[in-house]
Amino acid sequence: MNIFSLATTVLIGVLFFIAFFHLSNFLLDYFRIKAARKFALENSIRVIIFIGPAFIVLFVFIIYPVFETIRLSFYDKQGENFVGLHNYAWALNDPDFKRSIINNLGWLLVVPTLSTFFGLVIANLADRAWWGSIAKSIIFMPMAISFVGAGVIWKFMYDYRGPGDQQIGLLNAIAVSLGFEPQAWLTIPIWNNFFLMAIMIWIQTGLALVIFSAALRTIPSETLDAARIDGASEFKIFWKIIIPYLEQTILVIWTIITLLVLKVFDIIYAMTNGQWQTEVLANLMYDWMFRGGGDTGRGSVLAFCILIGVIPILAWNLYRHKQDQKV
Amino acid sequence: MKKLTFSSIFSQLLLLIFVIVWIVPTFGLFISSLRDKDVLAISGWWTSFTTTEVNEIYRTEGNESQIKEGDHYYIKGNLFGEDKGKQIFRFGVTSKNIDEFEVGDKAMFKDKTEITVFENGDYIWKSQEEFKKKKGKRVFVSAKSPPSFTLDNYKEVLFKEGLGQAFLNTFAVALPSTIIPLIICSFFAYALTWMKFYGRDILLASIIASLVVPLQMSLIPILTVYNDFGALFGVAAKSYPGIWMAHTGFGLASTTFLLWNFLKSLPSEMMEAAKVDGATHYDTFLKIVVPLSIPAFASIFILQFLWVWNDLLVGLVFLDKHPSEIILTAKLKELLGSRGENWEILTTGAFVSMTVPLFIFFSLQRYFIRGLVAGSIKG
Repeated sequence: MNIFSLATTVLIGVLFFIAFFHLSNFLLDYFRIKAARKFALENSIRVIIFIGPAFIVLFVFIIYPVFETIRLSFYDKQGENFVGLHNYAWALNDPDFKRSIINNLGWLLVVPTLSTFFGLVIANLADRAWWGSIAKSIIFMPMAISFVGAGVIWKFMYDYRGPGDQQIGLLNAIAVSLGFEPQAWLTIPIWNNFFLMAIMIWIQTGLALVIFSAALRTIPSETLDAARIDGASEFKIFWKIIIPYLEQTILVIWTIITLLVLKVFDIIYAMTNGQWQTEVLANLMYDWMFRGGGDTGRGSVLAFCILIGVIPILAWNLYRHKQDQKV
Repeated sequence: MKKLTFSSIFSQLLLLIFVIVWIVPTFGLFISSLRDKDVLAISGWWTSFTTTEVNEIYRTEGNESQIKEGDHYYIKGNLFGEDKGKQIFRFGVTSKNIDEFEVGDKAMFKDKTEITVFENGDYIWKSQEEFKKKKGKRVFVSAKSPPSFTLDNYKEVLFKEGLGQAFLNTFAVALPSTIIPLIICSFFAYALTWMKFYGRDILLASIIASLVVPLQMSLIPILTVYNDFGALFGVAAKSYPGIWMAHTGFGLASTTFLLWNFLKSLPSEMMEAAKVDGATHYDTFLKIVVPLSIPAFASIFILQFLWVWNDLLVGLVFLDKHPSEIILTAKLKELLGSRGENWEILTTGAFVSMTVPLFIFFSLQRYFIRGLVAGSIKG
């Protein structure tokens, strides 16, 4: 397709929705003037126009699929015959599944912790340096890059050449210059997971950083000054004042990154595709969606496992929302 | 300026280390994308700023280009093809002794032909008899290679590898996938904030819940629905409108939530006043809410646009992989598989895919950060 047909398609798509809202509201206003003012009726039609499209999309793309996926997890490959817990039994005995669960747990432990920690430390450091905002921009930048792009960047960093050749990957070049043997980092089981996690940490630290820097500004400066006058070291201030003060923010960032990590797919898919024991749930699920024509039952089980990981966060969010509503 | 204390020097140093660690990978990619592909494959990008000594192998031209002058036959040419700014300082004609001769010396091949190589790569190959072989001979050179950068990789990647088309495709996916949810959700969020209707609280709660529902939960059922829909109406199951709606669905909760958060903060007196003046909800929406929400729209637009632009999974599942539909991230992943060793293509391709996000990032960083801080939790 050339640029014009693409542009036309795009324009039609967008105009369709604008036209829907404009026309339907216009018609409603037009008939309101003519007909007797049946206010209640007019109002409910208006509500339907306002929430209708969003509700349909929400229903079709989120609500219905959640229940459908759960249903399909009890059905066979094509989703036709009920097989009970068969798919779940398969999962429990599948070595790839076990590997994925272990790896996902590893990711959940390492990535949110380190991203949050680095974000907090850097936010503090940047707050005190005159070139802090430039530093923040640089560390935040990976947030704008796609996971696949980041994958290429890091695959290049991890590139491996035989011991005799010149290394073109920075990590191996450093290893060689320090007198070590070059390594094919991504193929060393167990450790390669950490090299993949490093990519996610590299990206998500920026997110933690900007949210922390916004939150740091809310700490009353009197508190900090008082501590300094009392002779507290910066290190002590960090642990005893800043961290307790930012408790809520830390929790929020932790959950955001946890949600992302549960669904981590692109990095694994682009870098190793689950080889060398780096499999994770989302990649395994994608694999089963298409492997051998696709297996909706097994795919659904895997998706459901990701959902289970999310449920505590979901419950906590709903609880907080309820608390907010009461106020 | 504050006093330079030990702790402030230490903290600045620490920050500097973080910054260097964070910028170096991207910087290396960028530099590599500008390097000559032959050099890129054999030397680290960090060597590209200084004049380096490289040992390379070139082949002379074959018998087609020979000329006869007097009693001798000559083949003249340049080993590099054209002058690339490299300076040869030694050369050799056997693999055992690759730097046997000084430039300008006469070197003898096994078949008694004579070759002289000059500093800029020019060579004169002289023979008593006519050259017979079509293939030239190998010449080993040790050259000083000055820093040199080129845009050739970009030309290759954009026009030959099909990344240019993928770039347009990504725009065709990302723009509607950002604008449509913005339109739909602004009405939705308005209704959730300012209209009273039955079931509003449940709707709000389901938005909060949808925020965290992993997108993997939707893939299989939606794909099935699309396939059935396609089969029923005889249209392609994977299409642009299909992926727009999928992205709209997956972005709906976060877009609505952010807008709702923003609209809540608007003074309700203003809405009351408009209502008293006889304005309908649609008037209020268009004339009061939309103009006030422009900054919020900007933040949400950027978040959603970047999310869609950088997405791989949705693009893989809901679009075909043929050239007229493939998006940048999927294309890049494909190149990682098929051209895994061609780093000039990969680095350049990755950088091309990053141009738009980086442009948005540097020009609209303020809105981007504001959106994130407003509590982005993406489903």
